[in-house]
Amino acid sequence: MLSPAHHPGEAAPIIELDGVTKRFPGIIANDSVDLALRPGEVHVLLGENGAGKSTLIGMLSGLLQPDAGQIRIDGKVQSIGSPSQALGHGIGTVFQHAMLVPTLTVAENLLLGGPWWRRPNKEGLVEKVETLAQQLGMRIKLDALAADLSLGEQQMVEILRALLRGSRVLILDESTSMLSPAGVEELGALMRRLVERGMALVFITHKLREATAFGDRISVLKLGRKVGEIEPGRFRELDEDTLMAEIVEMMFGIRSDDPESVAQVPGPVDDTIAPLFSVRDLALPAGPNAPGLSEISFDVRPGEILGIAGIDGNGQKQLAEALAGQRADAEGSITLDGAAIDGLTVGGRRARGLRYLTDDRLGEGTVGSFPVAINFFIKEVGAPPYWKGAFERGAAIDQRAAELIKDYDVRTPSRQTPIGQLSGGNVQKVVLARELAEGARVVIYNKPTYGLDLNNTLSIRQRIREVAAQGKAVILISTELEEVLGLANRIAVMAEGRITGFVDNGPDARMNVGRLMIGISQ
Amino acid sequence: MSDLFTTVFLGALFFGAVTAAVPLLLAGLGEQMSEKAGVLNIGIEGMMIFGAYTGFLGAYLSESLWLGFATGMLGGIFVALIMVVLCVRYGLNQIVIGIGLTLGFEGLTALLHHFQFSRTYPRLPAAEPFPIPILADIPVLGPALFRHHLIVYLALVLVIVMSLLYRRTQLGLNLQAAGDKPAALDVAGVDVFRTRTIAVVFTGAMAGLGGAYLANIGAGLFVPFITNGAGFLGIVLAMLARGRPLWVLLGAMLFGICLGLTTALQVAGINIPTDVIQMIPFLAVMAMLVAFGRRSSLPAALGLPYERGAR
Repeated sequence: MLSPAHHPGEAAPIIELDGVTKRFPGIIANDSVDLALRPGEVHVLLGENGAGKSTLIGMLSGLLQPDAGQIRIDGKVQSIGSPSQALGHGIGTVFQHAMLVPTLTVAENLLLGGPWWRRPNKEGLVEKVETLAQQLGMRIKLDALAADLSLGEQQMVEILRALLRGSRVLILDESTSMLSPAGVEELGALMRRLVERGMALVFITHKLREATAFGDRISVLKLGRKVGEIEPGRFRELDEDTLMAEIVEMMFGIRSDDPESVAQVPGPVDDTIAPLFSVRDLALPAGPNAPGLSEISFDVRPGEILGIAGIDGNGQKQLAEALAGQRADAEGSITLDGAAIDGLTVGGRRARGLRYLTDDRLGEGTVGSFPVAINFFIKEVGAPPYWKGAFERGAAIDQRAAELIKDYDVRTPSRQTPIGQLSGGNVQKVVLARELAEGARVVIYNKPTYGLDLNNTLSIRQRIREVAAQGKAVILISTELEEVLGLANRIAVMAEGRITGFVDNGPDARMNVGRLMIGISQ
Repeated sequence: MSDLFTTVFLGALFFGAVTAAVPLLLAGLGEQMSEKAGVLNIGIEGMMIFGAYTGFLGAYLSESLWLGFATGMLGGIFVALIMVVLCVRYGLNQIVIGIGLTLGFEGLTALLHHFQFSRTYPRLPAAEPFPIPILADIPVLGPALFRHHLIVYLALVLVIVMSLLYRRTQLGLNLQAAGDKPAALDVAGVDVFRTRTIAVVFTGAMAGLGGAYLANIGAGLFVPFITNGAGFLGIVLAMLARGRPLWVLLGAMLFGICLGLTTALQVAGINIPTDVIQMIPFLAVMAMLVAFGRRSSLPAALGLPYERGAR
C-alpha cells in the first residue's frame, strides 16, 4: 500500500499547499502559506504560539476550510471538507490533545469510524494490530480503557489508528510536549521507521533539538506567514550549531516592518538597590492538566520590570496565581519589602500592595453584568468611602468612576453600561485602573495585551512602563516575545514549571531568550 | 391491613404497574439514547404528548391500534426533527428548546383536542390482550403480568435489543463517543451531527410510541396533558440508569408499582385521599435520586452542542 522509501527531498509531494490563507475575525492565522509534504520525509514545522501551526493542521485534517489558496493532493486540486475526507485522502492526524474517547477501550477507539450498521470486527483488528505493532516495535494494550493510558501510550494508539486507516501522511501536533525524555526518543525512533516505509510526516514541536534530531526538512512559521525553509540537502550539510543559529534567526529575527518593535531597549536596573519583591523556592504540585512549579526564585527591584517569557502553558498562570495568593498548596517564601507575605490571603497580600492583573479579564477579573462603575470598586465592596455599612454610596462611586474613566481613557457609553459589553481593551483599562489607582507596590501582569488591538496594546504597554517608572516592582508574564523585549529590564524564561534562565535585556537578548524558549541552554 | 394482600389488590397492583411502566420504559429507553449521544432531550415530554395525540387520532380514524402506534411514532419523530434542526444542526440551547417544545406541544394538543373531541370524548374499544400461553394461567401473577397487549412484550424485547445495540454494534460505539468526546468521533471520520440526529429521532419515535400507548391502551382516549410528566420521569430514569437499558426497565417497574399503588389502594378501599396517593411516584423519584443520583456519571459532552474546529 505504501511506495518504497525515497531519498528525502526527491520524491514528488503527496500534498502541496499553495498560497493557503485562513482568516479569523480580527486576525490572519495563515497568510498565503506554501508547503509541500513528500514521502519519506519528516517535515518539521516550527513557530511560536500564534504562528499559525494549529490552523494549518486544522486545514489539513479537514476541521477548518481555507479562505484562499489551494490544496493539491497527488498533483490534483482537492478540497478537504471534513475529517472523514482527510482520512480518505490518507491524511492522519495526532492532535496535541488526545482524541480518544476516554470511556471506550483502546480496541473500541480503534474501531470507531466503521460503517454504523455493521458489527465492529474485533478479531480482524487484533490481527492487524499485532502485525503492525510488531513491525514498528509498539506495545498496545487493546483491552485497556483509553482513560487509563498515559499520554505517551495514547499517542501510540492514535498513531496506530492513523496507520490502520492506511494513512500516507501523518501529522504529529506537538506530540512531544507531554512526553518524558525517554518517550520523546521512542517517538523519534518510530518516526524514522515510518518514513522508511514511505510515509510523509509532519512534526510540530517547540524544541529545536527535536527538530534537528528527527527532521529532514524544516519550515518556520511566524505570525501566520512562512518565513523560511531548510531543504533536506542543506539540512544534512550544515552542522548542528549552524543549523540552530539559522533557525533561531528565522524564528526570532527582527522584521523591519513590525509596528510593535521598539527602538530603545530597556537595560538592566542598578542591582545594588535592595529588592522590593523576592521569591525563593516557590513550588506547586502539578495538577491533572496543569504543570506544577518548582524551585522558582527571583528578585524584583523597585522600578524594574521582570519579564517572564515562555511557551504558553508552562506554568505561567500557576506562578501568577501562587504569587497572588490564590493557590493554597504553594510552598516557598515570598517577601514584599522585607516582610514575608506567603502566609497571607489574597486580600492580605492586596492590602500590602500586591496587585495581580489576571489574563482572564472577563471571568476572574470583572463581573460582566455589573456596571463599569461598580467594577472599579468590586474588590472594596462594603468598605468606605464607597460603601457605608451595607449600603452603596452611589454618588461617591459615580464621582470616582468618572475620574478613573477619564484618567485611564476607558471608552464606554456610560458609567452604568455592563462591563461585559465593552471591548477587551476597555475592560483591561478598567482592571488596570482598579488595580493601580491606589496603594500598588508590586504589580503582576499576566498576558496584559492578549487579544487586544494594536492601539490598545500600545497604550497598555505605555501604562506598564509608567507604573515601573513610579518605582513599583513589575512582573510581566507574556507569551509574546516582542512585548517582553520591549518592556522588561530583565527576562526570565519558563519551561515546564521552572525558570530555565535569566537574560538581561539588551541587543542579544532576543536570541538568548529565543534559545532558552526552544530548549537550548546558553 | 388484611385487605392489602388480597388477590384483587395484588392483581390490580401488578397489572397497573405494568401498564404504567410501559410508557416510562419507552420514554426512558428513548431518552437514554439521546443522552448517550450527548443531547439532553428535555423536549421528550412534548414528543410524548404529540405522539399521544397523533397516536390516538390515527387509531380513532383507522380503527386499528397498530396504525395508531405508527402514527404516534411519526408524531414523536416530527417533534424530534424540530429538535434536531434547532439543537443538533444549529447548536441552540437544548434546555430552552426542550422546554419550548414541551410547552408548545402541550398547548397545541390541548387546542386540537378542544376543537375535535371536547364535545364527544370518543373512546377506543378496550385493547385485545395477548395472553402468553401457560404463564397467563398462573394464579394472581398470570393475569397481572402475562395478559397484556402485544406491544408490552415488544417493549420488553426492546430492552434486550438496546443492550445488544450499545454493546455489540458500531452504532453503539459511535453514540457513546458522540456523548463523551464528540471531537474524537469527528476526527475518526464519523459525522457527529448524523450520529446525534439518529439518537434524537429514535427518542422521538420511542416517546411518541409511549404517548400513543398511554392514550390508546392506558386510557382509551386522549385528554389534554395526558402524559402528566411521564416524559420527565423518562429523563430521570435515563439519568439514573447510566446508559444501561436493563436499569431503565428496573426503574420503570419501580415507578410503575408506585403508580399501580394509586389504583390498587383505591380498589382495596383504603381510605387515603387520592391526592396523597398520587404523590407516591414523585416521592419515589426523589428517594431514588437521593439514593442513586450522586453516583450517576453523565456523558462529558451532555448538553453541549458540537462545533467542528471550535477554538
